[in-house]
Amino acid sequence: MNAADEAIVRATQAGLPLVTEPYKAIAASLGIEHSEVLSRLETMLADGRIRRIGAVPNHYALGYTANAMSVWDVADDAVDELGAQVGALAFVTHCYRRPRRLPEWRYNLFAMVHGRSRAETDAHVKEIRALLAPALRASDVLYSTRILKKTGLRLT
Amino acid sequence: MDELERAIVNRLQGGFPLSERPFADAARELGIDAATLITKLQAMLEAGTLTRFGPMYDAERLGGAFTLCAMSVPAADFERVAALVNAHPEVAHNYERAHRYNMWFVIAAAARAQIALLIAAIEATTGYPVLDLPREQEYFIELRLVA
Repeated sequence: MNAADEAIVRATQAGLPLVTEPYKAIAASLGIEHSEVLSRLETMLADGRIRRIGAVPNHYALGYTANAMSVWDVADDAVDELGAQVGALAFVTHCYRRPRRLPEWRYNLFAMVHGRSRAETDAHVKEIRALLAPALRASDVLYSTRILKKTGLRLT
Repeated sequence: MDELERAIVNRLQGGFPLSERPFADAARELGIDAATLITKLQAMLEAGTLTRFGPMYDAERLGGAFTLCAMSVPAADFERVAALVNAHPEVAHNYERAHRYNMWFVIAAAARAQIALLIAAIEATTGYPVLDLPREQEYFIELRLVA
């Protein structure tokens, strides 16, 4: 990533200025052209460095208090196809394939599931289980009980 | 949360325009004007309904190396181990979970080699092994939380 991209990331990672022409305000603060800010953001959106641009809601404020990490042991030849289907579910906010660490850890698919109650989240997990059923060997659900540290991933 | 706030959360979690006057463009789609949208966003940020408004970056794609780690720590030793793990600035977040593997944290470092060193240091100071579970593939996230 070049210096101009990095400067834009630093200037916007905490949020856009809430003014009529926010990208122009960023350009002025960085001493670059308005059009350059727009084109660099467009490129980062296209290549995935930016996931999306908009409102980032607080899960808890929306009532999503039952948050679980579901983990699945899915056959290697099916995990990518099924993982994409799990990632597309509305209540799944993150879905990753990770390596197994046998014999201690057998699960290769991780899906973060959000619900407004434990019952709702359990129902979501059941939905994932049904979807994965043809290639599923084992699964587990880990509810978070305490945040021990949360600093976020930011360029400093 | 009122109707307008609900509409903002449901329709503006992505797709905010890259244009000269993006608030005006987004507001038009919601049937309001730019000033109303900006005022509402300010209020939602202050109330904590929104944690942020702007680009959501994928930290891993911006560069650096990341991994998810898990440890199985006896309850009696948990607080000591949490303090040792959290003391490293590379540990970005850490959650206690109800499971045999009861401590889960993310390491963010400049390079993969640093992660290996950090994990070795955590294992040495705590006396417990660490599972190193880097992401190999992310599956596309299309839909979002509904308000």
